[in-house]
Amino acid sequence: MHETAVIFLEFGAVLLGLGILGALALRVGISPIPLYLIAGLAFGTGGVLPLATSEEFISVGAELGVVLLLLTLGLEYNADELVTSLTSNARAGLVDLVLNAAPGAICALLLGWGPVAAVAMAGVTYATSSGITAKVLSDLGWIGNRETPTVLSLLVFEDLTMAIYLPVLTTMLAGLSLLSGAMAVGIALLTVSVVLVVALRFGRFIEAFVSSPNSEVLLLKVVGLALLVAGLAQQLQVSAAVGAFLVGIALSGELAEDAQSLLAPLRDLFAAVFFVFFGLQTDPAKILPVAGLAALLALVSMITKLLTGAYAARRAGIAKAGQARAGIALIPRGEFNIVIAGLAVGAGVHPDLGALAAAYVLILAAFGPLAAKLVQPLITAIAKRA
Amino acid sequence: MEVEQTALPGIGLRHDFTTRKGQRVGVISHRTGRRDLVIYDKEDPDAVCHMVKLNDEEADALAELLGAPRIVARLNQLHQQVEGLVSVQLPIPADSPYADRPMGDARVRTRTSASIVAIVRAGQVFASPGPGFVFSVGDVVVVVGSEDSTSEVAGILANG
Repeated sequence: MHETAVIFLEFGAVLLGLGILGALALRVGISPIPLYLIAGLAFGTGGVLPLATSEEFISVGAELGVVLLLLTLGLEYNADELVTSLTSNARAGLVDLVLNAAPGAICALLLGWGPVAAVAMAGVTYATSSGITAKVLSDLGWIGNRETPTVLSLLVFEDLTMAIYLPVLTTMLAGLSLLSGAMAVGIALLTVSVVLVVALRFGRFIEAFVSSPNSEVLLLKVVGLALLVAGLAQQLQVSAAVGAFLVGIALSGELAEDAQSLLAPLRDLFAAVFFVFFGLQTDPAKILPVAGLAALLALVSMITKLLTGAYAARRAGIAKAGQARAGIALIPRGEFNIVIAGLAVGAGVHPDLGALAAAYVLILAAFGPLAAKLVQPLITAIAKRA
Repeated sequence: MEVEQTALPGIGLRHDFTTRKGQRVGVISHRTGRRDLVIYDKEDPDAVCHMVKLNDEEADALAELLGAPRIVARLNQLHQQVEGLVSVQLPIPADSPYADRPMGDARVRTRTSASIVAIVRAGQVFASPGPGFVFSVGDVVVVVGSEDSTSEVAGILANG
């Protein structure tokens, strides 16, 4: 068969399979991310149906998926919100960072995987999936709840932390010397601050350049700008993902909303490809041996998120039931944990890291929203008694 | 009454307040234009127990039903259309001779030829009040007439 034909056949089959899995997830009411990962496991090396030729094609699609995920995340927030949440919620944000980075880092160190793997695993357990959490909040009607601003500002804080963390991780993964590593981090911090200042002060000019009444022109300009900045950031060792995130932040207002709705289908397509690609890279035979460990790590980091949520909500003057809800909303992990693990796997940090991260995210992406649903009646009961 | 405003990063804004009877209510303004009317649980004051999702049109309709400013806006529109016609909002001051007296006592139309078209009391609108409607301090009286006649009404309501 012609190579193009094989690529189309395989890629088509994968996408169709994902569509069917997505429909299934919708019916059960869980996030499709765990199912996408499982699909990737099935198609990958050692899986049930290994792909022959389209893996390279899928890997480029996966990179695009990461850029689009971060770009749309950045579009959700404007610079004002980032600065406000940074100044008003820094303490809760730091508690979140310390409590939730610790389980992953300690786990990697105990396993003797070394400091680089520890930094990567710290990121894997730290970041809450803002996508899944937002969906939980809206599905359960928690958006109006008084603890929700606290949860959202923690998510914003995490995303901002990512803008500093990802360059650090990229540098460490590249195995650069201390000096050039420090330089890369310096460049990253500088870029982040410059973009924030530019977005706050001169956002109008960027918007004037990008905006267009024609949706086609707008789409091309936004994606083009994001890819350009992402490539530049990658070249500077700052991580492509961060570049795209910053472009998203610099755009705000009506323009950001338009761009978001235009990009949503593209992002959904390529993000799904990304999750599959991560699954592809992971050998399913390696999952079983680390499953117990992943479950333990999931349990510990569920508790640390619960504590984080309770602490942050209590500081905001929220009662017991609301504190519990804030913690539960923070449990789901998803896209960014996989993005981080993907970077580490790509750099070949440790052969088991991908499998552990996959199993871990499988558990928490599936169980997080479910936990929220199951626990809600319990919380109501507690509130009634108190 | 204090309306609290809270930013919801990535979603929009929330405004909420507690009514005199202790019920907390709020409105979530999504960036997409959607509005949610939310009622908080009395037993778990941080949780929403009822949520009404409203699109642009529905939110406008609800605002119109609830809002006094709407009627005034319409009147303003009206007097733009008819030259020389103005609508003014006049409060009943604490020392007004007509406080706690029926509207008919002021004989506003007979004395000035301007018309009282509505009374706004505590955010509630009483459209086309009859002569038996009793003024109370703090009521806002919406008067339509000429420039001169409406200012005469202001004098009557303040000094008799």
